[in-house]
Amino acid sequence: MTEQNARAQDSIKLAKRLTLIAVGMFVFAVGVLPPMYDVICDITGLNGKTANEADSAESAVVQEERLITVQFLADTDPAMPWDFKPVERSIKVHPGEIRKVDFHVHNRDAQWLVGQAIPSVTPSQASPYFKKTECFCFAQQELQGGDAMNMPLIFYIDPDLPKNVTTITLSYKLFNITEKVQQESKRVATTTP
Amino acid sequence: MSEHTLDHHAHDHHDDHEHHHGPAKGIKRWLFATNHKDIGAMYLWFSFTMFMLGGFMAMIIRAELMYPGLQLVDPNFFNQMTTTHGLIMVFGAVMPGFVGLANYMVPMMLGAPDMALPRLNNWSFWLLPFAFSLLIIAIIKAFLGIADAPNFGWTFYAPLSTKYGPESTDFFIFSVHMMGISSIMGAVNVIVTIFNLRAPGMTLMKMPLFVWTWLITAFLLIAVMPVLAGAVTMMLTDRHFGTSFFDAAGGGDPVLFQHVFWFFGHPEVYIMILPAFGVVSAIIPTFARKPLFGYASMVYATASIAFLSFVVWAHHMFTVGLPLAGNLFYMYMTMLIAVPTGVKVFNWVATMWRGSMTFEVPMLFAIAFVILFTIGGFSGLMLAITPVDQQYHDTYFVVAHFHYVLVTGAVFSIIAGVYYWLPKWTGRMYSEFWGKIHFWSSLLSVNLLFFPMHFVGLAGMPRRYSDYALQFADFNWWISIGGFWFGLSQLILLKILIDVCFRKKGAQATSEVWEGAEGLEWTLPSPAPYHSFTTPPLVK
Ligand code: HEM
Ligand SMILES: [Cu+2]
Repeated sequence: MTEQNARAQDSIKLAKRLTLIAVGMFVFAVGVLPPMYDVICDITGLNGKTANEADSAESAVVQEERLITVQFLADTDPAMPWDFKPVERSIKVHPGEIRKVDFHVHNRDAQWLVGQAIPSVTPSQASPYFKKTECFCFAQQELQGGDAMNMPLIFYIDPDLPKNVTTITLSYKLFNITEKVQQESKRVATTTP
Repeated sequence: MSEHTLDHHAHDHHDDHEHHHGPAKGIKRWLFATNHKDIGAMYLWFSFTMFMLGGFMAMIIRAELMYPGLQLVDPNFFNQMTTTHGLIMVFGAVMPGFVGLANYMVPMMLGAPDMALPRLNNWSFWLLPFAFSLLIIAIIKAFLGIADAPNFGWTFYAPLSTKYGPESTDFFIFSVHMMGISSIMGAVNVIVTIFNLRAPGMTLMKMPLFVWTWLITAFLLIAVMPVLAGAVTMMLTDRHFGTSFFDAAGGGDPVLFQHVFWFFGHPEVYIMILPAFGVVSAIIPTFARKPLFGYASMVYATASIAFLSFVVWAHHMFTVGLPLAGNLFYMYMTMLIAVPTGVKVFNWVATMWRGSMTFEVPMLFAIAFVILFTIGGFSGLMLAITPVDQQYHDTYFVVAHFHYVLVTGAVFSIIAGVYYWLPKWTGRMYSEFWGKIHFWSSLLSVNLLFFPMHFVGLAGMPRRYSDYALQFADFNWWISIGGFWFGLSQLILLKILIDVCFRKKGAQATSEVWEGAEGLEWTLPSPAPYHSFTTPPLVK
């Protein structure tokens, strides 16, 4: 009997340890994997995301002998009733050269709406070398119903760009975040006296 | 499989008065079950019920795909059928089927009286009916046209399941949580039983291979079921609590979902096949009348497969735009996994080599497993080649691959195991005649069903659509015929089970049952007593 008891104790101890591993794996999945993924992608540019902040553009030594084709794509989420397109679809730039391009938006809706554009670069290995000194995607965009405007992007390509890359595609997707913004401001309004 | 112990527990003469002597009466026996055989039987019947339900959905899918164009259902309903078919088969039929076998056989094979944590065992089983009710209610509503069931595929990729998922997605999420808890508790129980309840002399390297494969499977479950729970939890917070794990608009990334899902998903496919390896490794030596060839290499191969299964997940993501180095890494790792798998196949063949083989139904299913699973392994190898997969991905070729490994692999092994151990569970032999009909009918139909899928897949027919281009029409007609035939064949199994379990037909089984059978379970009388080994046997 006592031997049996001891065995039961052992069993419960082991079961508890195993449960702890399971809980640990859950924490790993929710708490560690996503940030780890973001960090890896930030460093390597694997998911084509570009930096979220403006670059200071100090190192701009223009490589006259190299010419890179930069293509622009713009599309909108189905829930976003804006027209959104690049003014120029494709340009040629020298690495290091600072260029400004415009994207045109037009709010087809009668309502005031807020949008957020998310950039993505293909091939992904080029994304760490695509430097923006100014981008509309760093902030939210607002348009009154029926209004239109041009949004600027100022960028240069880091001269360290791997030699095999000759064409870079920058794609923007515009999302409708009006509801989120309204909820946020409502929350702020109710919490501040 | 269920009623037998009632009328036989009288034979159950043991002198340990601390144990209950027999099962409680009526429904209480099942609701409050703590006995490993009762729980095992419930798992197996649950699995079989889900197999029938998932099979019914497959029949709808094949009926729609029998002819090009839309005949019976609309595309949205079709998607709900493919989604729930996959979910029910993976989580409802295959996984509980193996847990049922583990419950029944692991204590007997180790010389233990029961599972180590009987009450936990009860809880792990009884979570399942509730988990699946949530899913089944959604399906019934879909049939009645009230609301959509999950319609985003069994892999529930974001944003299909987050931004665009129907309302039933939330029920699906809770359902997956419950299944996950159930599997984790089941796995904990298996590990604790194996570590703490082995009979004296039963060293780890003397354990039957079924126990070994289940031990490793249980570790896989504990490692990855929480990751699945994490994935659905992040889905839930993305849907309702303003997070953006998988939402690009808020700074997240839908590709992250695929990484998390497949980090779970690939080990999951091995969770569904390792116990199958164990079943087949038990059956083949019996009917070849030779000990298993290369026992130790089998153990190491199983462990290496389990280990490698954590570093191949991105072979499901060759088209998401991984960097070249990533594609190469996952390609080579995936090919590497075929090596230990090959070791196993060679060992099974070597076990049969020059054995005095007989071909009873369990052996027939086991041999079919070896051949057909290998075909599935070969198509897997083709898919592992990145540039090739970029063409094959999301075509019927993939559907052919995973049905060979899952239906003629995992499901055939469960069926083989049921035929093999049924006489031990019930004390009665099943009808060899009907068993053989079941086997041959299943074997022919399953190949008619899945083999042509390779061809239409290579020719470019995409998976998960309710319609297809005209040139695929002939093959799809044959595939559907194979599907209906395979579905009907399983009713023979139902008949056999009802005959043996409820109508009490069949000859009395001896305790050894099979002439060449080795192992502790065959030293117990048939049917096995309610408490397996109340005094531990001595293993030499
Ligand atoms: C030699 C071993 C194996 C190799 C090399 C292999 C390789 C692969 C690859 C590369 C894919 C991705 C195909 C694509 O989506 O383009 C795949 C899909 C799949 N494999 Fe395997 N596999 C193997 C064994 C197995 C086993 C044993 C199982 C389960 C018992 C399995 C189940 C699946 C499933 C379910 C999918 C499809 C998932 C989905 O997209 O729905 N595979 N396999
Ligand atoms: Cu895989």
